[in-house]
Amino acid sequence: MEFFERFAVPHPSPAIYASMVAIGLVVIAIIAGLTYFKKWGYLWREWLTTVDHKRIGIMYLISALIMLFRGGVDAVMMRAQLSAPENTLLDAQHYNEIFTTHGVVMIIFMAMPFIFALMNIVVPLQIGARDVAFPRLNALSFWLFFMGAMLFNISFVVGGSPDAGWTSYFPLAGNDFSTSVGTNYYMLAIQISGIGSLMTGINMITTILRMRAPGMTLMKMPMFTWSTFIANVIIVFAFPVLTVALAMGTMDRLFGTQFFTMENGGMDMLWANLFWVWGHPEVYILILPAFGIYSEVISTFSRKNLYGYKSMVASMVVISLMSFLVWVHHFFTMGQGALTNSIFSITTMAIAVPTGVKIFNWLLTMYKGKITITTPMLYSLLFIPLFTLGGVTGVMLAMSAADYQYHNTMFLVAHFHNVIIPGVVFAMLAGLTYYWPKMFGFMLNEKIGKWTAWLLSIGFLLAFMPMYITGLDGQARRMYTYSEATGFGTLNMISFVGAIIMAVGFALIVYNVYYSTRYASRDISSDPWDARTLEWSTHNPVPEYNFAIVPEVKSSQALWDAKKEGHNLFKGKYEEIHMPNNSGAPFLMSVVFFIWGFAMIFSLWIPAIIATIGIFAFMAHRSFEQDHGHHISVKEIEETETKMRGAK
Amino acid sequence: MKELFPAKQVLGFAFSILLTVVALAVIFLDMSFQMGMLILLVTAFVQAGVQLIVFMHAGETEDRPAIYTNIYYGVIIAIVTVLGTLLTMVWDM
Repeated sequence: MEFFERFAVPHPSPAIYASMVAIGLVVIAIIAGLTYFKKWGYLWREWLTTVDHKRIGIMYLISALIMLFRGGVDAVMMRAQLSAPENTLLDAQHYNEIFTTHGVVMIIFMAMPFIFALMNIVVPLQIGARDVAFPRLNALSFWLFFMGAMLFNISFVVGGSPDAGWTSYFPLAGNDFSTSVGTNYYMLAIQISGIGSLMTGINMITTILRMRAPGMTLMKMPMFTWSTFIANVIIVFAFPVLTVALAMGTMDRLFGTQFFTMENGGMDMLWANLFWVWGHPEVYILILPAFGIYSEVISTFSRKNLYGYKSMVASMVVISLMSFLVWVHHFFTMGQGALTNSIFSITTMAIAVPTGVKIFNWLLTMYKGKITITTPMLYSLLFIPLFTLGGVTGVMLAMSAADYQYHNTMFLVAHFHNVIIPGVVFAMLAGLTYYWPKMFGFMLNEKIGKWTAWLLSIGFLLAFMPMYITGLDGQARRMYTYSEATGFGTLNMISFVGAIIMAVGFALIVYNVYYSTRYASRDISSDPWDARTLEWSTHNPVPEYNFAIVPEVKSSQALWDAKKEGHNLFKGKYEEIHMPNNSGAPFLMSVVFFIWGFAMIFSLWIPAIIATIGIFAFMAHRSFEQDHGHHISVKEIEETETKMRGAK
Repeated sequence: MKELFPAKQVLGFAFSILLTVVALAVIFLDMSFQMGMLILLVTAFVQAGVQLIVFMHAGETEDRPAIYTNIYYGVIIAIVTVLGTLLTMVWDM
């Protein structure tokens, strides 16, 4: 019995017990459903073992949406707790756990997979490739992310959630102050999914550098591909810092090392430093692909080519370098001198310049354009003013002297939600709506989509504008309650109403998927938006090999030019296509990683050692494996192509 | 004859052994801690450069610009991160 006590939740509540029951029931329902409908074989063959970038992208997308709802429930609970002074809906410990998991889930397990989903689905199609450079590695990246996310998500029913904030600053996150296994979950789950992110970074860079269609020079790449390229360069340089910091933190917690302790030569502030050396570039890893989506959408629906292509590229390159020069602005108040703070103040303000360049480029793309307001375009139009507001408060926060007033208040919380929600979330939803026909062969309902966009914007404004005010009046973040005398009650109630409206907006997305799946027309062309880039030149839904004939490209908007000037993108005749084989190894290896992580979290050394050996066994197996892929014959291609064309 | 004898690689090998010997000397010779660390740092970075250029053929393919851009980018970020951390955590604390 003693052995099992460690798995108990240290601070239980009826809500947690209810979640345990709910998780149990859902798992039983899934297993029973798969068995009843005899879908195990289908699941294994078509999804768990797939190395197809489009399917991996769809799995990323589903995971991201599920995590969006998990993080969203956390958010609504927090706003409900703060909606009235002295509220007792949650106690301090639960509030701590909820804001911690909200942050981690939303950044690492929602935003990251969402951008990976779009990168995976779009980039190979956009550059005219048949898959990513390392398809097997791509599957491993996804499954590592997925297992990391699952490991993190079981924390609140097995052993207790992390409660030291999504930044998990030491010494609070050390063993002395965080005694439950919660922070172990944080360290190991993020580590596992972080390894996956790093692999994706390498994979995408190689894909973009090596696998572009003939004629597509670097400066003829579509803007989303450019933004993906830059974001992945940042991933490759930033994520190793996180890996190292998490490894040091894990060793502090499990093996008694002294990296981030306050005695024996440890330096607790070094954690904050290393965390933000990764954490700030991470912000740009998220926002750059979002900017790429906006560039595609705005150019498509303004019926104009993107204004200032070269300045767009240059500003992203500058952002990628400068994103590594600003991290100290996350802890201006930690006690370093005025000189350091001044340096990082200036770099922080300077990084607003290339971002501003991009805003002007989008405005000038729309200028004198023939704008059609579709759902993706509506998100983009709402993004520009809302994001600019967040950018301006960002410059306010960048002033280190003034930051002593804003630091750790609701003002900061309002600011970063103000850039992330209109910046990243709106872009992902725009991308989701825009690329939905490419993924599934039908379009999402425009009317429901526009309602969603408006509800999210109004909900966002109601939820976060009051926080700027209460923040300036001194309401601290991460405090689970406040007294009535502070007068924050009304504004926080407005925030709660805004959060509810946003929740309705997100529920509408699910309804839209359901509604469109049932009622939307399947009779759409391969290019329903009249778009400009290569991904719309192949069939809907995309065949396994993407392009029957590799396209030849002359400009950054190859399809548009082909449509307008009437030249043929696909010259030559069908040839045999070489494709990679499916493999169960990435999934199984990630399962072993999950077991390894779980064993490490609970200091179960023998299973941990066995799992470590298992991981190395998988790597050794891969090193000696002979897998040359398979070939699709010309006959098969002809059959598929005829069928695809006939269906239209 | 010139193609048969890999002069660059042999010289590189000799040079990298020389660098190793110099680094090893830090233990055997009596010198201050700062001096020793300086020698180790310099020899380590030169050694890494020799390995990349001579034995990992960094500049010998059509990818030369991409590889060198990547290296410079990495070096710049490493320098900024390390010096920035020292500035923030030690020098200006």
